[in-house]
This record gives sequence, C-alpha cells and structure tokens, in this order.
Amino acid sequence: MPETPAELSVSLWRGGAQGRYETYRVPRRDSQTVLDVVTYVQRHIDPTLSYRFACRVGMCGSCAMTVNGRPRWTCRTHVAKVAGSGRLEIGPLENLPVIKDLATDMAPFFEKWRDAKGTFAPSRTRADEMPRIRPDSPARIAADAAVECINCGVCYAACDTVRWNADYLGPAALNRAWTLVNDERDSGNAARLQAVAASGGCHACHSHQSCQEHCPLSLNPTASIAGLKRRAAAAYLKGELKP
Amino acid sequence: MTIARHIKHRGDALWLAALIHRLSGLALAIFLPLHFLVLALALHHAVRLDAFLHWTDQPLVKLAEALLIFLLTVHLLGGLRVLVIENFDWHDGQKRLATLAATISAIVAFIFLVRVF
Repeated sequence: MPETPAELSVSLWRGGAQGRYETYRVPRRDSQTVLDVVTYVQRHIDPTLSYRFACRVGMCGSCAMTVNGRPRWTCRTHVAKVAGSGRLEIGPLENLPVIKDLATDMAPFFEKWRDAKGTFAPSRTRADEMPRIRPDSPARIAADAAVECINCGVCYAACDTVRWNADYLGPAALNRAWTLVNDERDSGNAARLQAVAASGGCHACHSHQSCQEHCPLSLNPTASIAGLKRRAAAAYLKGELKP
Repeated sequence: MTIARHIKHRGDALWLAALIHRLSGLALAIFLPLHFLVLALALHHAVRLDAFLHWTDQPLVKLAEALLIFLLTVHLLGGLRVLVIENFDWHDGQKRLATLAATISAIVAFIFLVRVF
C-alpha cells in the first residue's frame, strides 16, 4: 500500500474570473475531506480565502467546487479518493460567474429554477383534505427518483449544453420541474410544460448524461429531462401546448 | 489564466459516445455530397468513373472506406440509443450500450476490411 504523504500540495483559485492558482502546503490527515483542506488554508494560512459551505454533511449543497478537473461536493469527497499523488487543484464551479476565489454566484442557477416553474403550485387550500398518493403509483415513483436534489450545482457545472447555450435551463431546474410534473397535488403543469418546452428548455438537452455521471446523490436528471420531452411532445400532440 | 486547467469530467464513456456521435455525423455530412458527386459521374462520365473506381482499389482508400463504415454504423447505433433514451422509459446500462455500439461498429468495419482485402 502506498504511503500517505505528510503534506498535500494544494492549488486554489484566487481572485475573480481573471484570477490565478496559488499553491499551499496543507498537512495530510486521516479521513480528510477536500472541504477540510480548503478550511485549513482559510483558518491557518490565508483568512482572506473565500468559499462557501454550511452543513458539512452533504445536505445543504453549498460547498461544490471543481476538484482536480471534476465538479464535486467537497464535504463528502475524501482526499484519499481524489489526490492519491498528494496534489489537489481546487477551483470554483464552472458555468457560473465567479464572485471571488472558490465562491460562485449561484443566482443564474436559481433564476433558471424559477424560470422552469420549479415552485409548487398548490391545487387545494389548507382547509381541504390531504390527497392520498399511493407510494407505488408510477407518478410517485418518478417523482421519488428525482426529488432528493440538494441544488449543489454540480450537474450544472458538468453540463456542456449549459456551457454552450446561456439560455438552457440546465439539469437541476428541469429535474425539479419533472418532480412537480409528477406531483398529483400540483396545479401548475400547463404553465410548467410551456416553460420547459420553450427555447432553452428540455429539448435543448443532448442527453450527454454528464449530469447523471457527476450527481453526488446519483440522481439521473437526463432521465427526468427525457420524461419532460415525452410529456411536452404528448401535450403538443393533444393541442395543450402552443408552439 | 482559465479556471479549468483539467478537463477530466469530459472523458467518461458517455461523453466520448456523444463526441464520437457528433464527429461521425460531421464526417458523414462531408462525405455524402462527395459520394453523390461520384455517383453522378455514372450518368455522363463513365470513363472518369471507371478511373476513379480503379483509384479506390488502393489499400489506403480501402482503409478509409472501413473507417467510413465504422462512422456510419456508430452514428446509426448511437442515434438509435439516443432516440430510445428520449422516447421510451429509462433503462440503465447506457455505458454498456454505448460500448456495445462502438464494438459492433468496429466488428462491422473489420468484416468489411476482410472482405475487400
């Protein structure tokens, strides 16, 4: 078994879009995560380093960065998995504007969530009885498969269609729309299908499956987007969707 | 300096399948007009067509034809895979399917090579 190096050579992106990588020496520890490494630099070497995290346990989706060329959630990425040679290169997520250092502006990401009508539109009031949804119904199963997204932005950073097409809603927003399309309690599907079938919507996806490949929760946004394509095509054939 | 010094996330099997699908489509789009031009020679320039067909007997041209067969088959099978993804319920194992498409295409191109040599 190769010996674990005592120190890591860590290159971190510093500055805005026109920044540069700066290299730091960070002690290697057992069970060390990439987020631990970034935190060490900020607390012991350079307190001006900017990055974003909150829960540290893979729930909040705020700590995603580009680690040795791949978008990853850093709190659940062990150094042993990605830096066998003792070298780490950590940059901000791609396809998003850089605010400073490792922190990106997530506003475009969440604006596309809104544009894909990713908000639940209730069909009943609190005075009505709760609808009963069978766990084994096809719609519930489809929603279940996609609903655990934590909005980390990893799929958005990995997607080449996002890179090529600034209007593309992206895998996360479309995946969210798919969960609502399958939510029997929701009443906003007419507007939602119109939004996701428009230019820059689900039909812009090339099915590269990079989103599925990189999703830290092993979700499959490509399958969700394919579902939206089928649902939008069926709505169009029924005359429910305006071209 | 750009942020992405590495492009490791653009190298997995399915990304390569998409790249090959696109490049093969581009290559076929370039090839087809040339192919029709050659076919058009049969109408009014039989001698030139015969000369061209004779030229295609060279081993290097045969190899290029085998590559074209590979590109055509891989584009067909890759396109079918994408059509199935987008029009039917999801099936796992897409990496295996993409690899299978490339393997079948290589076998078809190899069979072509064996037959022409």
